[in-house]
Amino acid sequence: MLLNQFLILSAVLFAIGVYGVLARRNGVLVLMSIELILNVAFGSYVSSISGEVFALFIITVAAAEVGVGLAILLLLYRNRQSVDLSEADLMKG
Amino acid sequence: MTLGSLAAPLGVLGFVRPHLDWHALAPELTLLGVGALLTCLDIALAERGRAVTSALAGLGLLGVLVPIITLAVAGVASEPRVMFDGAYVVDGYALILKALFLVSGYVVVLLSMNYVAEGDYWENEYYGLVLASLLGMVVMASARDLISIFVALELLSIPAYLLAAWRKRDLRSNEAGLKYFLMGVFASAIMLYGMSLLFGASGSTVLADIAAAAPLDRGAEAVPSAAITVGVIFVIVGFAFKVSAFPFHTWAPDTYEGAPTPITAFLSVASKTAGFVALGSLVFVGFWERDDVYGPALWFLAAASMTAGNLMALRQKNIVRLMAYSGIAQAGFMLAPLAVAGVSTSVADQAVSAVLTYLVIYAAMNLGVFAVIMTVARRTGTGDVASYNGLFRVSPGMAVVMTVFLASLAGVPPAGGWYAKFAVFQALVSADSPAGYVLAGFAAVNAVIAVGYYGKIAARMWFEKPAPELGDAGRIPVPFSLRSALALTVAATLVFGVVPATVTHFTEVSLLATVTGL
Repeated sequence: MLLNQFLILSAVLFAIGVYGVLARRNGVLVLMSIELILNVAFGSYVSSISGEVFALFIITVAAAEVGVGLAILLLLYRNRQSVDLSEADLMKG
Repeated sequence: MTLGSLAAPLGVLGFVRPHLDWHALAPELTLLGVGALLTCLDIALAERGRAVTSALAGLGLLGVLVPIITLAVAGVASEPRVMFDGAYVVDGYALILKALFLVSGYVVVLLSMNYVAEGDYWENEYYGLVLASLLGMVVMASARDLISIFVALELLSIPAYLLAAWRKRDLRSNEAGLKYFLMGVFASAIMLYGMSLLFGASGSTVLADIAAAAPLDRGAEAVPSAAITVGVIFVIVGFAFKVSAFPFHTWAPDTYEGAPTPITAFLSVASKTAGFVALGSLVFVGFWERDDVYGPALWFLAAASMTAGNLMALRQKNIVRLMAYSGIAQAGFMLAPLAVAGVSTSVADQAVSAVLTYLVIYAAMNLGVFAVIMTVARRTGTGDVASYNGLFRVSPGMAVVMTVFLASLAGVPPAGGWYAKFAVFQALVSADSPAGYVLAGFAAVNAVIAVGYYGKIAARMWFEKPAPELGDAGRIPVPFSLRSALALTVAATLVFGVVPATVTHFTEVSLLATVTGL
């Protein structure tokens, strides 16, 4: 089985996602990067029933999470006409 | 074709209806019922329902305590109820935590009543989301399986993201919700990646089976043992975000400051407890034998959180931010016993008890502090530490109550906090290892630093001239719900401190007993 190749692929996708979260300043793109990491997690192990069930759960929960995340982003956009995360710095210290 | 031949394929698949223990599931089902009732009432009564919503939520939470008490009477602590092949366990550990979540939830509802009604926020949805989040926590207490831990974590987090951003037109609240959401989801993504590695290496999602799988003892054949190391570390990092341990704490001060204050109390107590619960079941049931991996990781998190949290708390001007950093430091204390748990089974049992004891006492004193903060902010409208100057002359009762909570947080007897710290030291010393002693040293130094900032607030209240924000209208009026919350938390803090057996009677549980083969 090509387990190692799958592991490497998932590690690469994971790294891309983490890079996106750290480097992007646009809220929507950060959200997309996080989704990438979420969905990478169980791609490699769908050979057993528990793995498949877990993957299904993740897909479902990720959808709910995006819903909530976009709602919060929309709220921010309505109040300040921008989704730039570096501008969201009212509180510091 | 007969019915029998239709059913035959099911038999071939080996489908067996899982055993459902309705009594053991009663708390979760009741809580779900209360939440559903609340939503239905909202649809039926619309605006007229506002008056009863908060009372119903509070009473509902107290009602859920009934099945928990009957389960305790039925002797669940000595004979755990195990369901779904060990994925869902109701034992003494789960029971005390469920009770803790529900009582904290009840206090949060008490704190919310005036705040939500007077602030003209959506009420029904607010309490519905609080109940949903609590359901996730109650499930988390019993979850002994990667899937149920993940689902419980999301069920408790997703409503909390919305609640943090509840003040829709306030930019700070938007920002609080956004930061909490992004950090929270990022953390669950990292945790999931770790879980996928652990699942791949052990071939099971049930924690007890993961513990029994060969790779968790030492290296496997198909997957190098580095995968397990990375998996364990990533899962711990994921929950370190949840419990706001340094260096994964960055969201906490901003979210606490921007979120509605009752939700801040909720996050700092219930949500943090849920993180510790999951960490506890993972460490003690899932990978207890890999203390070569989690030991150093948790040791670092504990020492760093205590020190960094305290040092940053020293220079805070806003009381809510100060409590956020104080919470980070307290999280360090709670992580400390877990770091040395791998030494032996007896140390592990003591560590579980110490963490549980700390969580119970911390819930009482921290909720109390937030009740005082909310009461004072009703008059001053600010979270400035300077607005506490001379509180004793304006509202002597408030100042005395706040002093009790601050003394408890600092660990001054007879308030409860001293016993929580004592239990942590006991667990660290019982490990009898260099790591344990050094960590105990860190904890001792930090306990002294913490007196600095807690004491400074107390000194302001007692010795300074009254701040202009306190006004000259005399005592600060305390609404009935806040009064009840204060009475509950003060009583709990003092009783736990004077008679620690009231806590330890319930927190002396053994998690390792449920793992097969140990």
